[in-house]
Amino acid sequence: MRLELVKRPQQSALFSALSPFIAFGLMVVAGGVIFLILGKDPVNGLYAYFIEPLTEVWSLHELAIKAAPLILIAVGLSVCFLSSNWNIGAEGQFTIGAIAGSAIPLYFPQFQNGAVLPMMLICGAIGGAAWAAIPAILKARFNTNEILTSLMLVYVAQLILDWLVRGPWRDPAAMSFPQAPAFHSWAIVPELMPMSGRANWGIVLAIVAAVAVWFMLSRTLKGFEVKVIGQSPRAGRFGGFSTARTIVFAFLVSGALAGLAGIVEVSGAIGRLQPQISPGYGFAAIIVAFLGRLNPLGIVAAGFVLALSYLGGEAAQIGIGVTDKTVRAFQGMLLFFVLACDTLIHYRVRLVRPAPAAPPAAAPVTETAHGHG
Amino acid sequence: MAGGETLLDVRGLTKVFGTLKACDGVDLDIARGEIHALLGENGAGKSTLVKMLFGSLEPNAGEIRWNGEPVRITSPSEARRLGIGMVFQHFSLFEALTAAENIALSLDAKTPISTIAAKAQALSYSYGLPLDPYALVGDLSVGERQRIEIIRCLLQTPQLVILDEPTSVLTPQEADKLFETLERLRGEGKSILYISHRLEEVKRMCDRATVLRHGKVVGHCDPRQETAASLARMMVGTEVHAVVRSVDEGAGTADVLLRVDHLNRAPATPFSIPLRDISLDVRAGEVIGIAGVAGNGQGEFFEAVSGEVLQDRAEAVSIRGKPAGRDGISGRRRMGAAFVPEERLGHGAAPAMKLSENLLLSRHATDPGVYVGAFGIVRGAAISAAAKRINQMMDVRKSAEDPPANALSGGNLQKFIIGRELDRQPSVMVVNQPTWGVDAGAAARIRQSLIELARSGSAVLVISQDLDELFEISDKIAVMHNGELSKPMPRAEATYEKVGLLMGGAEPGHVHHHDPAEMA
Amino acid sequence: MGMAEAILLTIATAATPLLLAAIGELVVERSGVLNLGVEGMMLMGAVTAFGVALMTGNAWLGVVAGALAGLLFSLFFGVLALTLVTNQVATGLALTLLGIGLSGMIGVAFVGQPGVKLEAIFIPGLTELPLVGRLFFGQDPMFYISILLTAGVMWFLFRTRAGLTLRSVGDSHSSAHALGIKVIAIRYMAVMFGGACAGLAGAQLSLVYTTQWIENMTAGRGWIALALVVFASWRPWRVLAGAYLFGAITIAQLHIQATNLADLASLPGPLFWFAGLVKSVPSQFLSALPYLATVIVLVLISRNRRLTMMNTPASLGRPFVPDR
Repeated sequence: MRLELVKRPQQSALFSALSPFIAFGLMVVAGGVIFLILGKDPVNGLYAYFIEPLTEVWSLHELAIKAAPLILIAVGLSVCFLSSNWNIGAEGQFTIGAIAGSAIPLYFPQFQNGAVLPMMLICGAIGGAAWAAIPAILKARFNTNEILTSLMLVYVAQLILDWLVRGPWRDPAAMSFPQAPAFHSWAIVPELMPMSGRANWGIVLAIVAAVAVWFMLSRTLKGFEVKVIGQSPRAGRFGGFSTARTIVFAFLVSGALAGLAGIVEVSGAIGRLQPQISPGYGFAAIIVAFLGRLNPLGIVAAGFVLALSYLGGEAAQIGIGVTDKTVRAFQGMLLFFVLACDTLIHYRVRLVRPAPAAPPAAAPVTETAHGHG
Repeated sequence: MAGGETLLDVRGLTKVFGTLKACDGVDLDIARGEIHALLGENGAGKSTLVKMLFGSLEPNAGEIRWNGEPVRITSPSEARRLGIGMVFQHFSLFEALTAAENIALSLDAKTPISTIAAKAQALSYSYGLPLDPYALVGDLSVGERQRIEIIRCLLQTPQLVILDEPTSVLTPQEADKLFETLERLRGEGKSILYISHRLEEVKRMCDRATVLRHGKVVGHCDPRQETAASLARMMVGTEVHAVVRSVDEGAGTADVLLRVDHLNRAPATPFSIPLRDISLDVRAGEVIGIAGVAGNGQGEFFEAVSGEVLQDRAEAVSIRGKPAGRDGISGRRRMGAAFVPEERLGHGAAPAMKLSENLLLSRHATDPGVYVGAFGIVRGAAISAAAKRINQMMDVRKSAEDPPANALSGGNLQKFIIGRELDRQPSVMVVNQPTWGVDAGAAARIRQSLIELARSGSAVLVISQDLDELFEISDKIAVMHNGELSKPMPRAEATYEKVGLLMGGAEPGHVHHHDPAEMA
Repeated sequence: MGMAEAILLTIATAATPLLLAAIGELVVERSGVLNLGVEGMMLMGAVTAFGVALMTGNAWLGVVAGALAGLLFSLFFGVLALTLVTNQVATGLALTLLGIGLSGMIGVAFVGQPGVKLEAIFIPGLTELPLVGRLFFGQDPMFYISILLTAGVMWFLFRTRAGLTLRSVGDSHSSAHALGIKVIAIRYMAVMFGGACAGLAGAQLSLVYTTQWIENMTAGRGWIALALVVFASWRPWRVLAGAYLFGAITIAQLHIQATNLADLASLPGPLFWFAGLVKSVPSQFLSALPYLATVIVLVLISRNRRLTMMNTPASLGRPFVPDR
């Protein structure tokens, strides 16, 4: 028996729509198996992970808080990935965005009015874009592998943050605790519905960004340029588009959105700079981008799924005593299943039994059709 | 029939891809010591059939007998063990490896490379196809690469040699050399299955022919008894309309619409060809053809003329009298030029994108406000209407309303790509390999449309490896060799022999030709 | 043992995991496959090796288990990228993310536990040789394995027919397929070899380098190994040189961080002044050196487009679906 792929004449619309759901279903099954191995009741475990956080209002707020940065970053990554620019350093751009935005309340503490927050957001976006510009320019100018450079800069960004909060920006009032002073109230992203929970305007910002990028990608020439350069760079150049310009554009958009996510996170959910500001949002957003099939609207939904996994991890740790380290394992599995299911969009998969070894030469091919176009 | 008993006997061989029957119950028998031609159009199933004979593809049904014994050819190594050798159309060579290493990969693993190198060299000299076994394939010309393929095949001492379109990449003189080799092999009692769509060479050399159409055998014949026209009719099924070429009335006097002036280009990649001091004028109303063996700088020249690569001097390329060397491809399109590259999928069109999107690819800059509105918003309705218009004009056959480019056959996609540019009525049209891999009907239509474009007052430059095509449509023919371009000679003076010599790198001075200025 | 000898030894210890992981990835990439999951495979190797050594008390069993874990884990990548022809970049990333997650989950039980050390091998008589004695005849077994593997890979790739076949698959999978070479099978073997090497590299980290399990303990070494393969232009001996260069950078910055300025008072004036200057740089910037060096090295090597194009396996990262 061997697995054989048959190219579909056209992409399967059915599997384009279904593949994220199949992938999520497979992850739930695999998650159940992991709970079994850990000696927990899989039904309880899955309930704690994926249902319980949705049953209470305060935790829906938490969901929105966690979804906002994931959606912002992933929307930017979709522009990168569609143009075949493998920016995997969003975590670093997130960090630098947080630092750049925080500089305003930290350096001008007496400057307190309604202009502070917009300026912080702008600085955050610029900071993230600037950090993303490094791998972009190196790729456009020298053809340097952007995967490796963007990732290396994550470590550098985190070390810069570490130095700042332990050194120049450290809050003298916080004893030996390495953290920057808390932001004043003008520098905090306001809450959406303060009566029922902590969710802030970050999620609105994320959805607006998703709709804007969706429009750009699907309705404008710029979006066409991004996609054609990504799919077929030579055809793109034939169309008069510049590969280098597209590289820089994609990285700048993606870096700006990641930077925005960073400043929204520190000025919204956290309220100050500290050594740890992200539970790996920049990497989880890669999964969000693929789960959303690189479509910004799909990414909004996918962002909530991944946000749920973070909440579920915390809930499961408290509720059934499973380590919260399972979160990243679940997320990793999800990306695996998403990628595997995407194969069904382009290929029919079938099992072929090899013909008997002896002649006759007419080789009967038995096929078990799996999926149909 | 020239030979004796049957070596290979194929009955009812069938191969299905999805819903397409690429080969449908094909019968074929090859005798010892004969050169057997396999004729058919592009897409008739010739390559599928020989891939099954060489074990690269697994048949769905049918029987193969070798020396009277039923066999299953499950892999190329099984085919080689039986004594079947193959020279591929798209060479199966490795550019980063040496000739000897390339040869070793299909031979017994126990023989050391140095022994293989010595054997290959000796064999190559004995057939008059000299070969340096330690040269990197990436550095070799197309003709030299084919030698490696042939020597690799002969070193396995095959009884049957399959050659897939071997002369399509050779100069006429190189092809003559190949025919000598093949006749010598026949003399040694070997059988040859010769795949070609060049009818003259089949008539000249082959003992028998089997003709395929739409995956089925439509006839066997003795090519020597047939005319090229009767063979063509068997292949295509209907009469192919010959291209009508009226004489260019204002030859040599009309305005120069495309001027290339002392164009130089350094090699961009390790394996690409530098362009050396190329000058050329294309006037309104004329078709100029550029002949040449693949890999002599045609691709590099196309990129330079189209503006995918900019020149140092603006005057190096002029379009309708305006220097364009510093303008990109969009700028040159706005000046009135249109371009069709060699590769359809991945260069002229983005494979996974719909035809309508591929229309936008080359038209977004040239028709201001038509396909792209304010704020860069794409106008879907206008694009769909234009795509429909082009598909009707060029008779593009497709399975869906707006399919992705890679769902079309080569001929239909090429008709769309050419139509996309013709729809603009360009004053300058530059086409690289207009009918490569295209069926005869589509090819005739494309050639006719290029002539008509020129006669309506545009300048047309056609780069092609297909000499028949160039002689059919060109008013003048120039030859590109090793990055240099010969002076265009009027078609009336051009012969296959003259052009062939230039393609092989003979000094331009040795071939008599007129300066176009003298004609004026 | 002198100061210089000690530093050389620590450089070798820092270079060995990079060398192991990079030499495995080199073979993978030579076959035309880009597996970005090195970091994940190293982590799986590290946690498995640590756990098995802890439970059995035998470090050697840990080494074997680490290699096996890396190999098995690489099969996830193989099934997706080779059989299901998924995008290799995305799949490699997925493998790394999954490896980080799974190793963290498995390793919860090992955090803070004292590990089992893989002891160095001493050869009486030779180990005592001045300067080079410990370097060549008194190292841990992983050092010797890494050197032997490098030599073995060189011999395999350039002296054997199997190595030639592997390189041919990396150069043109369609040509190889046309000649009847089993492209997918060869790539599977290369991917598994790469996985085993990454597993060994992880085992070195948790059994030799630190002798404990720390979540995410590879700290980007898998990615640096990937960069080393590019830096080395896919040549084994250059991978060796690159790994030791990076080992030296890592150790240099660690030494600077650890040294007290007061201890250097005996240095001559300008040198002491320079040492003071370096010491005034915040430690975080010194820690960033290996990552910055990676970026710089990548830029330097990729600036020469011609050289890069000549050396990159032509099929690298391109999906292959055989037609049947």
